[in-house]
Amino acid sequence: MFFNAYEAVIGLEIHVQLQTKSKMFCSDSAAFGGSDNEHTCPVCAGLPGALPVVNERALEYSVKTGLALNCRINPRSVFSRKQYFYPDLPKGYQISQYDKPLCENGHVEFFLDGHRKRVSIVRAHMEEDAGKSLHHGEYTLIDLNRAGVPLLEIVSGPDMRTPAEAAEYARTIRRIVRYLGVCDGNLEEGSMRCDCNVSVRKRGESRLGTKVEIKNLNSFRFIEKAIEYEIIRQIDCLESGDPIHQETRLYDPDKNRTFMMRSKEEVQDYRYFPEPDLLAVELDAEWIQKVKQNLPELPLARAERFMNEYKLPAYDAFILTQERDLADYFEEVAHACGNPKSASNWVMTEFMRELNEAKKEPFDAPVSAKSLGKLIELIDKGTISGRIAKSVFAEMWQTAKEPETIVKEKGLVQVTDTAAIAKIIDDVLTANPSAVTEYKSGKEKLFGFFVGQVMKATKGQASPAVVNDLLKEKLKS
Amino acid sequence: MDLHNVSMSDLANAVRSNKVSAAEVTKYFLDRIAALNPVLNAFITVNPHALSEAAEVDAKVARGDDPGPLAGVPVAVKDLLCTDGLRTTAASKMLENFVPPYSATVVRRLQGAGAIIIGKTNLDEFAMGSSNETSAFGPVRNPWNPEYVPGGSSGGSAAALAAGLAPAAIGTDTGGSIRQPASFCGVYGLKPTYGRVSRYGMIAYASSLDQAGPMARSTEDCARLLEVIAGHCRFDSTTAKVDVPKWSSDLNGELKGLKVGLPKECFTSEVEEDVERVTQNAIEALKKRGAEIVEVSIPLSKHAVSVYYLIATSEASSNLARYDGIRYGYRADFRGRTSVDLEEFYSRTRGEGFGHEVKRRIMLGTYALSAGYYDAYYRKASQVRRLLRDQFLKVFEQCDVLLTPVATSPAFKLNSRLMDPIAMVMNDVFTTSANLAGIPAMSCPAGFSRDGLPIGVQLMAKHFDEARLFQVSFALEETLEREERVPHVF
Amino acid sequence: MLDKETAVKVARLARLKLDDSELENYSKVLSAVLEHFNQISEIPTDGVEPLVTPTEMPVSVREDVVEKSVDSSRIVEAAPEMTGRLFKVPPVV
Repeated sequence: MFFNAYEAVIGLEIHVQLQTKSKMFCSDSAAFGGSDNEHTCPVCAGLPGALPVVNERALEYSVKTGLALNCRINPRSVFSRKQYFYPDLPKGYQISQYDKPLCENGHVEFFLDGHRKRVSIVRAHMEEDAGKSLHHGEYTLIDLNRAGVPLLEIVSGPDMRTPAEAAEYARTIRRIVRYLGVCDGNLEEGSMRCDCNVSVRKRGESRLGTKVEIKNLNSFRFIEKAIEYEIIRQIDCLESGDPIHQETRLYDPDKNRTFMMRSKEEVQDYRYFPEPDLLAVELDAEWIQKVKQNLPELPLARAERFMNEYKLPAYDAFILTQERDLADYFEEVAHACGNPKSASNWVMTEFMRELNEAKKEPFDAPVSAKSLGKLIELIDKGTISGRIAKSVFAEMWQTAKEPETIVKEKGLVQVTDTAAIAKIIDDVLTANPSAVTEYKSGKEKLFGFFVGQVMKATKGQASPAVVNDLLKEKLKS
Repeated sequence: MDLHNVSMSDLANAVRSNKVSAAEVTKYFLDRIAALNPVLNAFITVNPHALSEAAEVDAKVARGDDPGPLAGVPVAVKDLLCTDGLRTTAASKMLENFVPPYSATVVRRLQGAGAIIIGKTNLDEFAMGSSNETSAFGPVRNPWNPEYVPGGSSGGSAAALAAGLAPAAIGTDTGGSIRQPASFCGVYGLKPTYGRVSRYGMIAYASSLDQAGPMARSTEDCARLLEVIAGHCRFDSTTAKVDVPKWSSDLNGELKGLKVGLPKECFTSEVEEDVERVTQNAIEALKKRGAEIVEVSIPLSKHAVSVYYLIATSEASSNLARYDGIRYGYRADFRGRTSVDLEEFYSRTRGEGFGHEVKRRIMLGTYALSAGYYDAYYRKASQVRRLLRDQFLKVFEQCDVLLTPVATSPAFKLNSRLMDPIAMVMNDVFTTSANLAGIPAMSCPAGFSRDGLPIGVQLMAKHFDEARLFQVSFALEETLEREERVPHVF
Repeated sequence: MLDKETAVKVARLARLKLDDSELENYSKVLSAVLEHFNQISEIPTDGVEPLVTPTEMPVSVREDVVEKSVDSSRIVEAAPEMTGRLFKVPPVV
């Protein structure tokens, strides 16, 4: 590509909203929505005299995530106040973590274009969300329903070099937090938010270029697009000798460009200091160990196991392990039928197509994993053909009936009776003498035509294997 | 009957045993406040519901229900603690009309024990001051001599007690704000161990130093009040999960074998003669009761004031960031303006809403936390704080209780020190250490100056050892020559 | 030292509009007290962990339960300016 002479350096800060019932430091609901300022109390509205108390579950979810990201969990971590004035920040400070975060020094791995990529996690720390500002031109309105909702900020190292890597890293984080059940990873609703730090430098140079932050990217595609735009913009600056300013930019998806939000030349002085209203969080090693033992198998490890244990191709393994429920579903199907490759094919094609169309979760689907397993078993035993199975599956999705019931009701059992099939083949050949002549004179493509005619005559119930064998034999003579 | 000469404990007992009604008691003190408060300015707000709340206590007594250990006791609460439905100002223009939608845990516990919140007492604005002169509602006068300050910041609570406007009071103490006014007004005041009393609903000055505590006219009353307000609170995670003893039933003045330490750093030439004489009297009294006196040293205590101010103002600059005129409180007037810049909105609101002392401390704290100064000021002070606390822990291996003056002088004249910030700051020289170390400390009346102003002595003990303070305070109360405890002018 | 120029910066950081005499006074007073406080710079503190809360207990946490301590309609009732139940402020850009 044209920017071969340059290299981009990309790091991501991802805010993950922890799926707790109540807020980080008070008992108000953390649920999305609510009427104006409904989820407020003295604590999250910053009334005089109110004090924060740490939500136990938020702490546990953060530790879980930290462990899944291979971080060191600090046995003692400290909340700090990040101070700035903004109308949707009720206390004039955000309770966050600064020099002693909960999680540090981790990494995640993922595959991109067949290559294994590792990205370091510098830190992951707990903090509270701010409220919402609704801008109306001549005035601004403040809703504090979100104020105090628990967040985990995951900061990567500057380890990514391409927009695709950055997007895949973000997807990896999303997969992990969804596997853990700590966050729904919904970028559009803002329960997962990405800020990207992008700089470029001449290839081979070790010094980092000036960093630009792109804020609030609400889809993986936008992450990729925005970074791509930003890299090109910065290279253009370097090429034409224009300075790159350290600043915060926003991405406009309609115009596919980034634009300046605020300059960082006037450095914000956040005056961080330890939050005196909260004592240090001290975690004992035993408890951390227990959380670790209860971690689910994570997506990458699971994909690799699927390759080893079920001999699935990498492509299948990665698709199936995108979501924990789908992977669980697949494994149930595979165990039910004893044919993992077939299970994988069925789950990835028929099942996922219907699932996406119906916008359902695997375990809410009308076709249970056991039933799908039975369907595959029916094929493997030769009771029905693969073609028939597809229509049976469609029927199962419509009616939620068991495959055997459908096969029996509709009389779909495969015809394997050689004599019966031979009779039908004879009829087909007799009815199409010119085609037979053509075939025999070398137009072998017509074989498919004969198969089609036979299957049509048997309403698809003839065993394809038997049809193939008999037809070849008869056409030879 | 002159109910203002009856002790809090006796009043509660009288109400509990139906000898007098809570309504009568409340009415008596309301009348007394109406008569004397215009001179003293001890109360900012009198509770308009006090009588109906008293009637509820009486109804309980009539039904034969337990009305609680503080049944019908009017309590004067420093106007720094939120009271649901009752204006809470922190003596600031910023909160001049603020009516909280919730009550501080301390207030709820008092009410749960049958006490009547009679009113909200005056204080230095946001508890920042040692003379009660920084209040936006005007200074409080010392009942012993109205030309003099009552001390601060809990000046209103101390004055109310001294003048018999209430039999019990609640103060708050960040660097001496209970003990110094208690000394200046001749009443008992205890700053509990940090974490002993919930801070929930108490308007924060400096979170790591603030504690609410009892103020009363006897050791026993102090102990009873603390029994009610102390204990773990689920809304304040810095409160300790430790037992709350029934101190009041264990009071005796027996001090045999008790070691009382005198930190030599507190017996210097800065201490005025009257204070020194009264302190020596107290030491003699303790000796008489069998206590052993030992000289000890806490070398870093001479830096306590510096450490205190750096930490307290740093925390304050942050705690007071929430006063922005958006959700409650004062907002600068922008009527008639077509456009208002956000920064101007904040700056004018805060510049106009806060008084000078508060602004000065916010400035100092903001500076101490700002980039480039954090390490030299806030962090350094926090490190010295640990060393200082460790010196205190060490000294309590050599003695059970420390005894020091509360302040270098008795109450001073109104307006005499406002212009001299260093002198003002030096008021807190003996009291700030206890807040930094988090240990309990108490001020007990011990005598009078030649001008007839009360002088107290300070007792300090190790963490959660309030029992020792009550024991020694009780011994002093029994042993020292009794002098009148309510100023004769009232 | 907290000279007037620094005082202007600090006042801006703290969002305090101060007039000239206030700036003058605060910078004078605070410079004096800071000079006094500077005495602590001589105390050796290498390797000393700062002490934030004097009783260094472990933090007590709360269960993740939704509970209404105060009706939220009362939270907004003290606001100087509202639109419906939303707090109203000057335009923020």
